[in-house]
Amino acid sequence: MVAGFIIELLQITLVIGLAPIFAGWVKMLKCWSQGRSSPSILQPYRNLLKLFSKDIILAENASWIFRFMPYLVFGTGAMVSAIIPILSTDLPLSLTADVIVLVALFATARFFTALAGMDIGTAFGGMGSSREMMIASIAEPAMLMAIFTVSLSCGSTSLARIVETIYSPASVIKPSLVFAFIAFVLITLAETGRVPVDNPATHLELTMVHEAMILEYSGRHLALIEWAGMMKLFLYISLGVALFAPMGIAVYATPAGISLAFIYLLLKLGFSGIVIVLIETGFAKMRLFRLTEFLGAAFLMATLGMLSFFMLE
Amino acid sequence: MLKEAIDNVLGTSATYNKRQFPASVVSCTVPRNRFADAAKIMKKAYALLAAEWAVDETPFGGGFAVYACYRFANEYLIVRTEIPIDDPTFPSLTKKFVPAYRFERQIHSLMGLVPEGHPDLRPWIKFEDWPEDSWPLRKSFASSKPLPHVNGKYKWIKAEGEGVYEIPVGPVHAGIIEPGHFRFQAVGEMIINLEERLGYVHKGIEKRFESLSWQEGAKLAGRVSGDTTVAHSIAYSLAVESVTQAVITERAHWLRALFLERERIANHLGDIGAICNDVAFAFMLYQTTRLKEMLVRTNLKLFGHRFIMDRVLPGGVTVDIDEKGKEEIKAELDILSAEFEKLATIYDESASLEDRVRDAGELSPEKARSLCAVGIVARASGLNLDCRLQNPFPPYDRFEIKVPVLISGDVHARAWVRVEEIRESIRIIRFILENIPEGEISIAIGRPASDTSGFAAVEGWRGEIIYWVQAGIKGEINRCMVRDPSSLNWLGLEQAIPGNIVPDFPLCNKSFNQSYSGHDL
Repeated sequence: MVAGFIIELLQITLVIGLAPIFAGWVKMLKCWSQGRSSPSILQPYRNLLKLFSKDIILAENASWIFRFMPYLVFGTGAMVSAIIPILSTDLPLSLTADVIVLVALFATARFFTALAGMDIGTAFGGMGSSREMMIASIAEPAMLMAIFTVSLSCGSTSLARIVETIYSPASVIKPSLVFAFIAFVLITLAETGRVPVDNPATHLELTMVHEAMILEYSGRHLALIEWAGMMKLFLYISLGVALFAPMGIAVYATPAGISLAFIYLLLKLGFSGIVIVLIETGFAKMRLFRLTEFLGAAFLMATLGMLSFFMLE
Repeated sequence: MLKEAIDNVLGTSATYNKRQFPASVVSCTVPRNRFADAAKIMKKAYALLAAEWAVDETPFGGGFAVYACYRFANEYLIVRTEIPIDDPTFPSLTKKFVPAYRFERQIHSLMGLVPEGHPDLRPWIKFEDWPEDSWPLRKSFASSKPLPHVNGKYKWIKAEGEGVYEIPVGPVHAGIIEPGHFRFQAVGEMIINLEERLGYVHKGIEKRFESLSWQEGAKLAGRVSGDTTVAHSIAYSLAVESVTQAVITERAHWLRALFLERERIANHLGDIGAICNDVAFAFMLYQTTRLKEMLVRTNLKLFGHRFIMDRVLPGGVTVDIDEKGKEEIKAELDILSAEFEKLATIYDESASLEDRVRDAGELSPEKARSLCAVGIVARASGLNLDCRLQNPFPPYDRFEIKVPVLISGDVHARAWVRVEEIRESIRIIRFILENIPEGEISIAIGRPASDTSGFAAVEGWRGEIIYWVQAGIKGEINRCMVRDPSSLNWLGLEQAIPGNIVPDFPLCNKSFNQSYSGHDL
């Protein structure tokens, strides 16, 4: 039990600490793929440090929601880090919070982000919030559908149980999981605001989604939000890795098992970064109203997964 | 043809001005009450309005004059009308030609002449914080004195109804671009109206010309719009050379064309990359930027300036090219051509990119024609307009050029016109390098005769640039009218946007890429 809590703490520290490096890795690969030299892999840390050392400029009519949101978003990220089996499935907290809670936690963070976007009353914030909610209204059902498919297939909604079931030697590749995986990849791109759904590099006022909502933030508030954004990307990738490629994860929390799991994790993250960058370099951003088709496809895949579970498994 | 049309209808009430050069550009004076009739005749003759401007002619002992310049095929015709000081009004042409809408607001704001029958006399370029009766282009305006500050208010167009909201954007933007204000009225993401507000970079360039010598003017012309420095310098120089009736050497003309085409390639490369970057296809931006950088570095090495600024002057050019330089450009073009073709293929074959650029920001050929669009914008909307083809200034009268014309009028068409023009410009530069005649590169320019005027139209990379210069009593600059293509094409953007969704605006705007500085002067 104590070992379990140590693992929990380890995971939280790992996510908070490693997320900027992963973001730096993706940025680095992206620069290389465009044929230019890249900033250091530690650049996101420097950006965060810069933001933390700056003052906050707060709008006169900002309410508590605006000031509260950065901490909430960051806190949610930390909490989710304790639920997802990143290094080990031996997580005491994963019994208290299953995969539906996980989706709800992300939804809470998003809800408050959208509220904060509208709080100041600028046109851009409201525009970003409305777009974000449009994306959420299609992405979240698709996400739940994909997750239900996996839960059905594994007979549990606890993430640790699911991962253990998939990781067990008796597990074989099931068509339902393949469909769920495709759906999950599409949703991850939408949820983490990557090309072709949103452009994390842009500050073009009128095309932004996530950036539009946080346009009024500065200083440590902005640093926390950006950090939380990096954590979100990291967590989605870790979740995908845990669900669909759990090789090397530590079922029992032994130091050797954890170390091995850590090395596997680095390899898998490195590889995921390459996949993200290939998608981002090869595709242009979609027209906003094409997103319904894109996320509709994700929902369809998840539904097909569920159907194939009932028919084939 | 335009002259005949004027003769047929107006008969002897139109008198021809013999002091306008070059002689191929016809200039006639009509009575004030026939000014709008002349526009009607021009409209019937399918002519387009190229520019409309006012001149303070009090130094000659007269009052004011309003000029309208029309273009049809290879003809330019200027219609002038005189306006007495005590009744500074003239008939508005806005109902005949849409672009007169902005030209006349400008005349009203800066020269204080009232276009009668104009639907919208809010200030344009001049700000509402200036006193209403300060007209900077009048000779009586003391430009060195500070103006009193008044708290004027600009009345924006309003849209009302359920779910309609406004998005004010600018004048300061999230990027290193020029200032301009855009106000959208939108329902959901659908734009129902776009109103532009420009003038934030008004520098008083036209006024400044009047206190400069003819040679100094070239420096100022080169700074009207920094990215079009060569084309503006050439247009100014040609106008000055026409008013002084100077004949410059062939070699100077060919060198100017070389600079002009290099400027065209560099800017088109930048634009294609920027269009792709706006849909998050950043790969293209970095590649085209790299090629553009290669070009401007060669410019620096061979001609002493990255953008070839101040290398074209009235009388010729200041830098020559030797055999070694020619070889260097040829080698550079080989690299450019090979790499550019690869990028054009990537652009052409990316389905996700194509999905964004097709059908976005469509300016139909009918609209483009009624807005008298010029340059890339016109050629992407089915109008075959190119000064190099129709009113060839030397040396373009010596060789054939191909001008790409597309009819879809969307972002893709504007991008693809640029792709085709880069290919053609590469061919033209190679031709120039092979065939450039020997000789001097500049001659001395005399002083123009009193009360003469000169005209020049040059196809810059954005489109047709017009300069009209008028010599005063002592042969100094009395007036220098600058018409950047942006003055016409900004209207095109305003009309292309309604019906698009808000997040597509930056893409559409980038495909027009009009100059703020060249418009605001």
